[in-house]
Parts: sequence; C-alpha cells; structure tokens
Amino acid sequence: MENNPIIRRLRPADFETLTGRSSAPALVRPSRSYWQDAWGRLKANKRAIVSLFIIIGLLVFTFIGPLVWRVNPSLQDIDQISIAPGADRRAVIVEPFVAWDGISGITSSEDADLWLAEAPTTQSVRLKWRTVPGAEGYRIYRNIYEPQDEFSLGLPLITINNANLNYYEDRLDLSPQTYYYSVAEINDLGQLTGDYETVSADVQRVITVHEASQRNLVDDPSTLRPGDDVLLSWHPLGTDYLGRDMLARLMAGARVSLFIGLLAPLFFVAFGVLYGATSGFVGGRVDAMMMRFADFVVALPFLLFMILFQVVFGIGPGESGILPMLVALIILSWPATARLVRGQILQIREEAYVSAARLLGASSQYLILRHMIPNTLGVILVTLTFAVPAAIFTEAFLSFIGMGVAPPTASWGSMCNEGLKTMLTHPHELIFPAVMISITVLAFNLLGDGLRDALDAKMRSTE
Amino acid sequence: MKQEDPTAYTKAPGDRLTHAAGKQLAIYALAAVALLVAVMFVLNALAGLTSSAAGMSSMAVDVENNTITSYLREEPPQMDSMRASDAVSAIVMYHVMEGLLRFDADGELVGGVAERWEQDGTNVTFWLRDNARWSNGEPVTAHDFEFAWKHLLSPSVGSQYAFILYPILNAEKANNGEVSTDEVGVEAIDDFTLQVTLETPIAYFDQMVGYVTYLPVNEEFYHQTAGRYGADADQMIYNGPFMMTSWVHGASMQLVKNPYYWDADRIKLDGINFAHMTSDSNTLLNLFKDGQIAIADLTAEMLDEAMLRNWSLNQFMEGTVFYTEFNHRPERLTSNYNLRKALSLVHDSSELVNRVIKLPGYLPGESLFPNWIQGVEGPFREEYPVPNSPPDVELAREHLALALEELGLEELPPLVFLSSETPVARIQAEYYQEVFRRDLGIELLIDAQIFRQRLQKMTDGEFDLVGAGWGPDYNDPLTFADLFASWNLNNRGRYSNPALDAQVRIAQTSLDRKERLDAFGEIQRILLEDVVIMPDYERGYVYVTDPQVRGIVRHVFGSETDFTHAWIEPGE
Amino acid sequence: MWWYTCKRLLQGLVTVWFIATATFIGMHNVPGDPLSGERATNAAIRANLEARYGLDRPVTEQYFIYMGNMLRGDFGISYTQQNREVNDIIREHFPVSATLGILAVMFAALGGILWGALTALYRNRLPDYIIMFLVILGISVPSFVFAALGQLGLVNLNSLTGVSILPVAGWGTVSHMLLPAMVLGLGTMAYMTRLMRSSMLEVMSSDYIRTARAKGLSPTRIFTRHQLRNAVLPVITVLGPAIAAITTGGFVVELVFAIPGLGRYFVQAVQQLDYTVIMGTTVFYGAFLVFMVILVDLVYGWIDPRVRLQ
Repeated sequence: MENNPIIRRLRPADFETLTGRSSAPALVRPSRSYWQDAWGRLKANKRAIVSLFIIIGLLVFTFIGPLVWRVNPSLQDIDQISIAPGADRRAVIVEPFVAWDGISGITSSEDADLWLAEAPTTQSVRLKWRTVPGAEGYRIYRNIYEPQDEFSLGLPLITINNANLNYYEDRLDLSPQTYYYSVAEINDLGQLTGDYETVSADVQRVITVHEASQRNLVDDPSTLRPGDDVLLSWHPLGTDYLGRDMLARLMAGARVSLFIGLLAPLFFVAFGVLYGATSGFVGGRVDAMMMRFADFVVALPFLLFMILFQVVFGIGPGESGILPMLVALIILSWPATARLVRGQILQIREEAYVSAARLLGASSQYLILRHMIPNTLGVILVTLTFAVPAAIFTEAFLSFIGMGVAPPTASWGSMCNEGLKTMLTHPHELIFPAVMISITVLAFNLLGDGLRDALDAKMRSTE
Repeated sequence: MKQEDPTAYTKAPGDRLTHAAGKQLAIYALAAVALLVAVMFVLNALAGLTSSAAGMSSMAVDVENNTITSYLREEPPQMDSMRASDAVSAIVMYHVMEGLLRFDADGELVGGVAERWEQDGTNVTFWLRDNARWSNGEPVTAHDFEFAWKHLLSPSVGSQYAFILYPILNAEKANNGEVSTDEVGVEAIDDFTLQVTLETPIAYFDQMVGYVTYLPVNEEFYHQTAGRYGADADQMIYNGPFMMTSWVHGASMQLVKNPYYWDADRIKLDGINFAHMTSDSNTLLNLFKDGQIAIADLTAEMLDEAMLRNWSLNQFMEGTVFYTEFNHRPERLTSNYNLRKALSLVHDSSELVNRVIKLPGYLPGESLFPNWIQGVEGPFREEYPVPNSPPDVELAREHLALALEELGLEELPPLVFLSSETPVARIQAEYYQEVFRRDLGIELLIDAQIFRQRLQKMTDGEFDLVGAGWGPDYNDPLTFADLFASWNLNNRGRYSNPALDAQVRIAQTSLDRKERLDAFGEIQRILLEDVVIMPDYERGYVYVTDPQVRGIVRHVFGSETDFTHAWIEPGE
Repeated sequence: MWWYTCKRLLQGLVTVWFIATATFIGMHNVPGDPLSGERATNAAIRANLEARYGLDRPVTEQYFIYMGNMLRGDFGISYTQQNREVNDIIREHFPVSATLGILAVMFAALGGILWGALTALYRNRLPDYIIMFLVILGISVPSFVFAALGQLGLVNLNSLTGVSILPVAGWGTVSHMLLPAMVLGLGTMAYMTRLMRSSMLEVMSSDYIRTARAKGLSPTRIFTRHQLRNAVLPVITVLGPAIAAITTGGFVVELVFAIPGLGRYFVQAVQQLDYTVIMGTTVFYGAFLVFMVILVDLVYGWIDPRVRLQ
C-alpha cells in the first residue's frame, strides 16, 4: 500500500468532515413478527379474503339465519310436498274431506261412459263410469300424458274385481296439473280386454279451513268460506319430501354438518400432527411403537365402534347422536394425519437448519414447534381442508346406510341422500344441500391455500 | 445477437424450466396411460374369474337362446331349503325346486310332486307322481321328503323356520330334543306314498306344505356335500322347472331349463339369468332402461318418466301388512286404552299413504288382515268390513284428557317410537312425530335402529310404539290372526286378552270354514276396538316389464316374481 | 434390510392380534342378538342355533376358541349365510374389491401426481385454475351422488348413441370396472392433486433446486430427478392408507354398481351383527392395511435415501 503513489500523497487536509446526515433513506423494513407478517400476506391474498368472508357468511347463515328466518325446520306442510322454489302458492278453500260413498255428485252422464263426479281437487278425484255388461272388473289407470293405446294407460291405481262397482276415488299424491284417468275393462283372468275409457281432470289445489288455520295462513280463519282463495305459506327454496321448508332445514343442517365438518378435522388433525411430529422427531423404538399403535387404530372398524360409542354415550331415542359420531371420527381418523406428518418430519429432521439449531442447543420442544411443524404446515393445511368434506361425507355416508343422525335432525349429508332419490323429479332437493357443501369446501380450500402461503416459513423467502 | 429485453431475460429460465417440465410431464402421462391400459388387461383376465356375465347372455331378452335376464334384490343367504328363511332365497328356490304342492299361474295351490292328496282328520296322505326326477336322474321319492322334514327338525341343524312344521305330530318335541326325530309323524309308506300325522286336525296344513321349508332334499346327495348343501350351484340337486348352472356369490345366478323336470313341456323359457344382485332402485331402473333386465320395480319418482316413455305398468300387492304396534306392558303409558285411542283417532293411514309415502301400489292400512285375504266366499274384508273411523281431533283430545286423568299426569312425557332405518320407515316416523305434536301436543321421540338392535329393543320392550310389519307364511288368515295371541313370541308389545286368545284357539282347531272366519272377524274387531295396533299400509309394487316377455306372474305366495309361466313374444 | 423387514412383519402380527381382540370385545358389547330374526325364535330353536355357533359358552372361552381357530386360518361360518364359511366369503369377494381398489388408486395416484405437478408448474395460471376448480368439485360432492350421476349419464349416453358403450352395472370385464373405479378414485385423486401441488411448490422453492439450476443441470433432469422425486414423497405416504381406505370403503360404489365386493359384506355384517363375518373381514382388512403400510415404508426408504430404515 505504501507503494501506491496516490495514497502516499494524501494529507489530512485532503479530508473533510461530513456535515449533517445522509439524505438516503434507510433500507430497513419495520420489524414484524411472524404472525404479523403472515396476516399481512393473507390480507394481500384476495381469494383468501373472499373465502374468509364466505366462511363468516356461512357462520351467519348457521347461527343468525334461524333468528331471521323463523320457520321450524321440522314443520311439515303436507299441502306443499316437494315444491320447487317459486312455485304457485294459490289454493282454494274447500270443505273438510269426507270419504266418498260413490253416490253423491254427478250420478250420470248423457254422452260419456266415464266422467268426474265432482270437480277434481288435490284432495281427491272422484271417478264414475257406466258399468259394462260382461266385464269381470275394472282397472283404473292414471297418466300425465294422454294415453295412445291400451298399453300406455299409465300408472295402475287399483284393480276392482267387481263388475257392478262403478266409482273410484283417487287421492294418491295429487298435484295441481292435468291427469288422464282411464278405466279399463278386465276379464276373469285379470287381463285387459282392450276396452277402456279416458277422461281428463284438471286438478285444482285446495285446502280446508282447518288446515289453513293450523298453518296460520290468514289472520281470521272464521271468515273463510269455501271457494275463497288463500296463499299457502312461502318457501323461498321450496320444500322437501315431507313439505318441510328447505331454507330452514339447510340452516338447521348447517349446524350438524359444520359441527362435524369443522370440529372433527380440527381435533383429529391437531392430535395427528402432535402425534406424528413427536413420533417422527423422537424416532427409534418409540417411533416404531407409536406408529404400530396408529396402524392398530386405523384398522378398527369405524361402523362398529360408532355404534359402540352410541351405546357408551347412552344416546337415547330422539337424540341426534352427533356427539358419538364426532368422538368416533376423532378417535379413529387421526392416524392418517399422523403418518403424513411423521413422514415430513423424518425428512425435515435431516435438513441442515435443524442440525444447526440443534448445534445451537435448541430444545426438542423448540425444534418441533419452531422448525418442524411450520415446515410441514403446507401438507397439514391440505389435510385439514380435505378433512372438512371428508367428515361431512362420513356423516352423509352414515345417513346413506341408515345410521346417520336421528330423524328429524337435518344435515346436509342426509339431505343430499334424500335428494338423490328425487333427483329427476325434484332436483332442488339435491342441488341446494350439494351447493352448500360445495361452497363450504371451496371456502375452506381457498382459505387453506391462503393460509398455507401466508404461514409457510419457506414461502417467506420466495415472495 | 439482439439486445434482450431485461424483463424477458429474468423470466426466461423459469419459463424454460416450466416448459421442459411440462413436456416431461406429458411424457410421463403417456407412460401412465400405457401402464393403466396394461394393468387393465391383466385385471380383465382376473375379473373373468368373478364375472357376473359369463356363460349366458346378459341382455334383458335373448330371443335366439330363449333366455331372459333379471335381478335379485340381494344375494340369497343360502339355497338350503331346510334353513332358508327369506324372500329372495324363496324366489330362486321356487324356480329350481318343487314341493309336494306348488302354486299355479293364478296363485292357486295345485299338485307338484304329489299327484293328489287327502286329509282325514289328523292323517294327511300324499300320493307322489312316479315320473318326478332329480336333476341327476334319480326319482323323487317320499323318502326325500321324510328325510328333509325330519332332518331339519333335529336340534343340531338349528333351522330358524322349523316352527312351520310344528303342526306335525311330535315335531315340536323333536325340535326341542325331547323325543327322537324318528317319532315325528312323517312316514314314507312306500317310494310314492307319504303319510303325515298331525298333532291336531287343522284346516290349513296343505297351505303350509306349499312353503319352502317343506321342499324335499335327497339324503344321499345331502351327505355327499358334507355340510355345504345349498352353498353353491354344484352343492345341490334340483327337482324343479329349472336348475342352477352357476352361482357367482353376490353377483349372479344362472338357471337353465331342467330336462328331468316331469312337466318340462309346461316351461317355455330355456334359461333365466339373474345377472345382478342389488336393491338400489335407481340402478335397477337404469339397467332396465339400458335393456339389461326384463323387469324392474318403480318408485314414485320414476313414474313421470315411465309414463313419458309409454311403458306398460303393472301393479301387485306383495302381501305384507305394516302397522304401528303399541307396547302393552303394564309399566308403559301405552298400556292405557284412552291414550291409545287418542293416538289412533289422529292417525290417518290414508293421508300417510297418499300424501306422505306416495309409493304407487301401496294401500292404506285398515286392518291387520290385508285386502287380498279370502273369506267364506268373497274377499274377507267385504264379508267382515272394518268400521269407517275418520280421524277426529276433538274426540282424540277428549280421550287424551281422560288418559291423563287415569294416569294421574299433568302432561304426557315424550313417547318413544322405535323404527327401522329404511327410508319409508323414517318418513313414516317423522310424519307421526309431526301429527301427534300438532294434533295432541304429544312429543314423539324417534328411535331409529338398525336391524338386530331394533329386534333386541322390540324383544326387551324398550319402546312405546314400534313400526312393524308381517308377511304371511301360508295362505290362511291364521298367519296374521295369531300374532297377538298372548303366547305368540312375535307379539312384541305383550298384548294379552283372553277373549282374543279364545278366538285364536277356535281358528286354530276348528275345521269349519264359517266358524273359523267368524273367529277371524272377531279378532279383527277386538284388535281395532281395543286399539292393539294402528294399521299403516299394505305394501305393493308398481313394476314395468319388457314388452317382449309375457306371462311373468307375481303373487303373495310362492315365488314373489315367478318366471316359470313366462315366455318370449318376439316383438318388432 | 432383511432383518428390518422381518421385524416389521412380526410387529405387524402383534398389531393384527390387537385389532382382533379390540374388535372382538367391541362387537360383543354392541347390543343386539346375531341370532334374532324378523320372526321371533322360540327357546328351543334359539338354543339349537346358539349351540351351533358356540354362543352358549362364556365369552372368554369363545374368545380363546376363536383366536385358536383364527391361528389355524379358520374364521368360522357366517351367521347370515348359514352354510358359507367366512374364508370363502373373503376369498371370493376380496379379489373383486381389490381389483376395483387397485384400479381406483392407480387412477387417483397417477392422475393426482400429474395434475398436481401441472398445477404447481403453472401456478396461478389458467391450467391451475381449471384443475383446481375440478378438484374442488371432486371433493365437494359425495361419492353416492357421483355414482348415481355417473350411472345416469352412462344410461343416457348409451341410449343416445344406440350402442352399449359401457355396462351400467354389474361385474366381469374391464368395461364394467371403468366407471366405478373412476368414481371410487375421484375423491382420492382430488386429494392427491392438492397434496402433490402443495409439496411440489415447496420443492420448487427449496435450496437444492436452486443449486441444481445454478450448476446448470438440464431442466428435464431437474424436474425428474429433483422436483418430482422429492415432491412425490407425501403422496406415497398416503398411498398405503388410501389403498386400504378405497378397498374397504367401496361400499357405496359396490352397492350402486351392483359389484360383488367385500365392502358390501362388511357393512351388511355390521348392520346384521354377523359376528364371524365382522371378525373375519376386520382381521383380514387389518392385516391387509398393516402390511400395506409396511410395504409403503419399504418403498419409502427405497425412494428417499434420507429415511434410513432402522
């Protein structure tokens, strides 16, 4: 250095003290904790925030909803069974139903062999016909399309083995639409002779004064007279197979489904993570023992033990049996998470930063909580988000095989199961609960994604 | 070299990486698909071993081979006639076996293996035809019946349906192990004469003989199977219209016409392929639509589509009666008559069937005795009509008030309704829950239990009301009438009424038709007046058949679905 | 390695014994009588049946008899199918469930790895969004709905085209298996896609990938040797339990598609309280599961050299 001519020539006078401070800004971010940082990144993730709002919305739907929509979810509206949303609600007041003796009404008709004795209503359709000499009996059919020939008469309602009987009253599942009734002649072997008469009936929706007052359709039932129009109760999302309000049932069902769908995964994933992390971290003989125990638990038959838990919990008649289901789910579902986490921990254990931390004298607890679990968070969150629908479906599966929550308790799973049977004719009974499950699953998935990105220690370096 | 855009420069390596990886991934995907296809070929070979379609055509109707394809609701637990106790086994059994008597196309009892029979007091004699053959060519003899009946009564067999032979002399004692089975009143006098001695003269023994448990078993063959009789297609021999050529458990059963059958000319089909075993109604409808099965039962939801497609629909009453049974044990609230009366007055089986269950073919229940039971001359229910009792909420509340007074209660505690877990049972339970709450303010707790647990609770009497059903064993009203006799173990509510017991005794022992039917009429009256049960519905089915298959008959007795009279009428 | 395998197998046997014991105890504490029928049985018939199944002995004695028989490979006779041995039931129906299960898991694993890797590579781009939407759909609809919808779609497709493209239900050929296997594997495929995506993303941002990139390895090599191989580990971990879960949990699909698998027998056995079938299937499935886990652990050790088999 001494050889450098420039340096040799420098004198103290060549230096000048700086006055004041540098105007360049300090390149230091405010120090934020891990959680502040995570929250910040979560807030920046639009999808995660939207999903967070959806989840809040779901909770509002579940807990505030029933306070706003005050309809009893188990109240049956027999007049409006399996009604689609927005269906016509008008009904006409009629006299209470009295079984027909076949005498009253229009007793004869000039020009027809088959006629309606009274105006057809959803209460009953009364058919009367001219008896055919030589017939051994009659079979009554109903169709919603006009019959083309004797083979397409539609639904056989009854076979009458009495040639002299000339009336029939149909009450089976009448809805306000047009029906084609046919009376076909049968021979002594019960086979159709090919002769039949058809009459069409435009069925009108009716209700009795008693029923109207029971359902609080009008303020003063005593003013109602037969022939008056009333509006039946309003079901914004339609009704189910027993005429129960879908919206109210979805709200009630949300409690069961979210209870099972959120609590069970939370508990068993938490336990599984702790168990798996401990096992993977400690290793050796303990690890082997713990994993064998996990294998043992996972092989226990879930169905059998759920019944057993119901017995142990003393679930009596009328109780929904959610708690034993939850317990069975928690007790028997954690091993999968445990195995997964253990696998991850085994990997991480060998990472350099863990060895470094260990060298620095970090305690096991610190290592697990600070290094291992945060680094497995991605996998854990995926497990968790998948455990939500899995738990909801376990409940649905139990409903499917008849071992679900006790009736009349509703759950989305059981509603899906019921809706499946009427999928073709009343799709709303399947679609609404299925959509609710989908929304829930979607929300938790997006939130899980957001959380993963926000919490994952490794992600901090990449973004 | 061109000047590069700095942003493109920073992005390039990542993109290149992605691109390369994507390409690599595509290669892997192709390899994976190839692997899948390879595995599937291996699986194809494997699956052939457990196939449900092998051998016989699986199309609904095979005109060329004169066979049809159908289904079974579930896997028949077994084909051992001495142990079988379920409807599905019975369906197959009636196709491959023939008893002394069989049911014809109209459901009437006619001679099967027996050419004629005669009852004289406690002595019943069957004369067997000499041309009846087993499927190994040996003649069906009276000894085959004697062996089957005596063997199933021996305690070591543990036959669940042994009780149906109890009218025979010493049968019950032999089953209890009190006497040897040799003392049972069945004797093959010669190869073609079977002599049966009864405990007491009863009028309906021939009807019982039509049941599955009375089918013959070839002793020699039975011993060859070493305890596996009826477990597989080759573990039994057949004497009926068809014989089973293959039984893939849980998947399929194939029957072909039995050339040894004595009345083979009567049988028009050459084979029946029960190619599916499932009770899922949607699956069955889909199979029917796809032309895979020749017959399918329909549920209410399927009717619109059926009508749209112009299907020809049929209906048949299956025979079973469903009712709500009260618990009459004295410690239960439902032992109170007025409470039962109150509940029955708001119970409306017509509304239940027509508006809630809505299943086509069902009939509202009015009595324990179903509609199809025959009386002295006409239908029983026309000769002994049930009084018309429409629901009456006002009267019901009066009875409820009386009940509360008698019970010394301010308010009625919740009642427990024990129900099965089937969809119909659940709907019914939920409907009653609403009706009783709405009309009487009574809270009903539904206890939906799976099969064995429900039976346990029924036996232990842990219920107030229970949904129950009863299918007939033989064609006599007695199969229903003795249900609520105080000694009957199926009387789960422990109803006990000497007046009813006396009528049951008359019905059991009398040989006079009028006297017996009067007794049944009296039993019906007692059951309704004392509100022992509330009849809910009679089960029926609406079904569709392939238009090319004719002559499928469905009856309460014999095979529920009977193809032995069916034939194929090739269509356009 | 050999010693480790032997040790694990031995431990597996002990686990199976524990499973058998727990199930035996649990089963006998469930209320209900396996011999009861819709028709009440009188005392004599009941006694005959009890003697036939050995239920007349004390429970502890039954336990030892059962364990003894089990060691000899005899699971007894079914209660509902009274002349069929449980061994026969397992032998005839397990291959069906296993075939279906293997196919479903193959669908699930191959699909899951493929889609998962794809979504990770194209993160926050169109393929990612489309696949993740399908994944959500795949996990948010219960399998019984999928099964029913799939079957319905097939029927309409068949009737539309006029030819039987795939059979609607039944069992026998690969064409019978395709739809059920897809339905059965769908949920697991969605799960594995998510798992793969997540673990792939982690791997992609890890140091060794950067190192590999820095030292100029070819992208193809980085992808196969470093990214895929490491990212696939969590998927393999869940593979064992997934095979077991799918094979045992096929009940719904087996029912809807009328497939004679063991799943139907197991669920029915629990509902019917068929003691011998419950025990037989549980022990069998337990053993199957335990050995699947052992197999997976061995494979794991082979793929990931960091995991040393002790």
